[in-house]
Amino acid sequence: MAGYILRRLLQAVPVLLGTTFLIYFMVFAMPGDPLLALFGDKAPDPALLERLREQYHLDQPFIVQYFLYLGGIFHGDFGTSFSGEPVSAILVRTFPVTIRLAIMALIIEFVGGVLIGLISGLRKGKLFDASALVVSLIFISLPIFVIAFVAQFVFGIQLGWVKTTVSAGAPIQDLILPAFVLASITFAQLIRLTRASVIETEQLDFVRTAYSKGLSRRRIIPVHILRNSLIPVVTYAATDFGVLLVGATVTEGIFNVPGVGRTLYQAIVQGQGPTVVSFVTVMVLIYLVVNLVVDLLYGLLDPRIRYVK
Amino acid sequence: MNKRRYGVGAIALIAASALALAGCASGSSTTTSGDSAAVISVNGSEPQNPLVPTNTNETGGGKILDSLFAGLVYYDATGAVQNDVADSITTDDAQTYTIKIKSGQKFSDGEDLTAKNFVDTWNYGANAANTQLNQSWFNIIEGFDEKNPVESLSGLKVVDDTTFTVTLTEPLSDFPIRLGYSAYYPLPEKAFEDMEAYGQNPIGNGPYKFASDTAWAHNEKLDLVVNDTYDGGRKAQNGGVTYKFYSSEDAAYADLLGGNLDVLDSVPASAYANFQSDLGDRAVNQPAAIFQSFTIPTNLAHFSGDEGKLRRAALSMAINRDEITDVIFEGTRTPASDFTSPVIDGWSDSLEGADVLKYNPDEAKKLWAQADAISPWSGSFQIGYNSDSSHQVWVDAVSNSIKNVLGIDASGAPYPTFAEFRTAVTGKTITTAFRTGWQADYPGLYNFLQPLYQTGASSNDGDYSSADFDAQLQKGATATDTGAANDEFSKAQDILLKDLPAIPLWYSNVTGGYGESVSNVQFGWNSQPLYYEITKS
Repeated sequence: MAGYILRRLLQAVPVLLGTTFLIYFMVFAMPGDPLLALFGDKAPDPALLERLREQYHLDQPFIVQYFLYLGGIFHGDFGTSFSGEPVSAILVRTFPVTIRLAIMALIIEFVGGVLIGLISGLRKGKLFDASALVVSLIFISLPIFVIAFVAQFVFGIQLGWVKTTVSAGAPIQDLILPAFVLASITFAQLIRLTRASVIETEQLDFVRTAYSKGLSRRRIIPVHILRNSLIPVVTYAATDFGVLLVGATVTEGIFNVPGVGRTLYQAIVQGQGPTVVSFVTVMVLIYLVVNLVVDLLYGLLDPRIRYVK
Repeated sequence: MNKRRYGVGAIALIAASALALAGCASGSSTTTSGDSAAVISVNGSEPQNPLVPTNTNETGGGKILDSLFAGLVYYDATGAVQNDVADSITTDDAQTYTIKIKSGQKFSDGEDLTAKNFVDTWNYGANAANTQLNQSWFNIIEGFDEKNPVESLSGLKVVDDTTFTVTLTEPLSDFPIRLGYSAYYPLPEKAFEDMEAYGQNPIGNGPYKFASDTAWAHNEKLDLVVNDTYDGGRKAQNGGVTYKFYSSEDAAYADLLGGNLDVLDSVPASAYANFQSDLGDRAVNQPAAIFQSFTIPTNLAHFSGDEGKLRRAALSMAINRDEITDVIFEGTRTPASDFTSPVIDGWSDSLEGADVLKYNPDEAKKLWAQADAISPWSGSFQIGYNSDSSHQVWVDAVSNSIKNVLGIDASGAPYPTFAEFRTAVTGKTITTAFRTGWQADYPGLYNFLQPLYQTGASSNDGDYSSADFDAQLQKGATATDTGAANDEFSKAQDILLKDLPAIPLWYSNVTGGYGESVSNVQFGWNSQPLYYEITKS
């Protein structure tokens, strides 16, 4: 087990190096001069522009810029944004907000999705099942910004139950609505996934054996059916958690959440190389860790799965 | 279980008492006299640079600086210049100015503000070694060098604690008007010790100051409270201003409707159609100091000489500005009648030759045919723009208007990002006409004309060059009387209307709104609400 984890972590090193290089290259190759855009419609002094370029190493060839950046990372220096704020400070500020939002969304979608999916699967073809399918279909087919705008308008403006946008510091009560919006689509997917998985498991021999042995439903459903149905569900939910952690640009924009997605979007638009690359590096790291955790979870759910060195 | 029931009871009680209180409040107060301790919340965006006046050239940081600092002069609601820190600004020749400041001026930490603070700050901003984004604002002062570090400008002299003199490189009648711009605000002495740290927690001399050392929550908000040491004409009528930072105007607008924001200075395009009905008399929609046009560079084939003049005039008259501002912008733009803006002192809508800006399809066709007689038209007419902002709709509308009237092929030429677009424009690699806009930095006609159309000027993207225009502009710049100067600038505009280096389209309106709990909201010439006047109940 320990050997397996170690090997997976070592594999992460070339992946990280490769992604930072690729992303840095792409930001570098973006057309247009980010410094020129700083001045809007007004043309800056050529001499001033030159000095700014020196300051941000933008006058150096790509490979030199990249190694300057990489060298900085080893000293814990992720570079500075145009506003003079260290990128590491931006990372520390935004990731906790997004992580909080992601965990809230994950809890909502996992609890809701699995519960409804389980009941649906057990009562296949009944009214509850049919309505759950219709509702999930609606949520799957709606783009997230539609859900977000409607939720903001109804709950924030019309009813006034929640704040229309997230206030400074991103307190939990302000994040509830964005979390529900974020959860809505995956929640619908999870209903369908759990339902299908439960129906399939219910027909397997060991479940029929359990019933014929006279075990109660209260024991069969959670232990025999649910546990064995969860593998695809956990895989899906965990991947989604990875997606949530790297920021939901659209939702964060609409609710003005000071998180990763919104910050990264602005950095891309402004051509801020160090900020973009640092964010993406951290995101890749998160993906790798989440994937590892998912793989380890399989073993807990199904003891037959073994890890090979 | 019991606990929960208590909870519900408590909520009901609170709700009931809140209702009762609300009832009392609305019953007793008929006149809305504001609560002087109430803090108003306004929209903003994260400053792109540390909050240093000489290094801030965008509105996000600019509007915070305007609250934190007081310059020699300020602009009132009509755009007129009023003395703030200055006691008097005098000159005999429009080139050497003697500036006296009021005595007893202080920064918010109690430190004295003297003439030396202004001179030190201006020297700092002008010094090439400091790489300040607003460096070019000091290039009018004698001794300025854009490339080589200059510790102190020869044109700045401290006479005594309350007096200093400024010598300009050449006469400039609108120098006193410029002095309200944020680049000229004074910095306290301690700022120069560590400018980086100062920019995170600046000490100013304006109507407001930071609420605490950590008032600036990056990307989220910035809290300002009233600065008691300020005694100029912009004394705050409220308890403070909280700038909430938004990444999208839609989010800010939702907050205004939801009652989480008191004042919004920019309504998103998606709400143009309904914001006036949403907000009623709390909606603001008036012209601003923003001029929109498209520029036809002189090196474009068919657009120079007499043929060029005919074609430019024909294009201008082929555009139905009234219809486009009405339909596309829902009335949030005002058709242009000159090259400046209605909120600027000296603006006139009856310039000689302004007819060329009126929709006149017959005359347009006639002029275009005359130009064809000189040299037949070929190819298509294109307008370049950046597609990362909402320009496509109007560019298409203008192109269609031209296409329909003149019967030529016309279309937009999109660039994916603003950075890419500006690189093509300033590098002169663009081979089409292109959108141009100008937001004034100070309310003067000269600011709309000189940077854009003077031969070789910094933002003369179309490479326009006219000896007549340059001479006329110079006449205005050297006049010592503002009225006389404006007359000369109007004559300079007459020349522009004949040459049409850029085709004026419309003035952007300031579109804003405010919540029910605030009153006395006025927007200044620069599309910013005068925050200090606002009262909140």
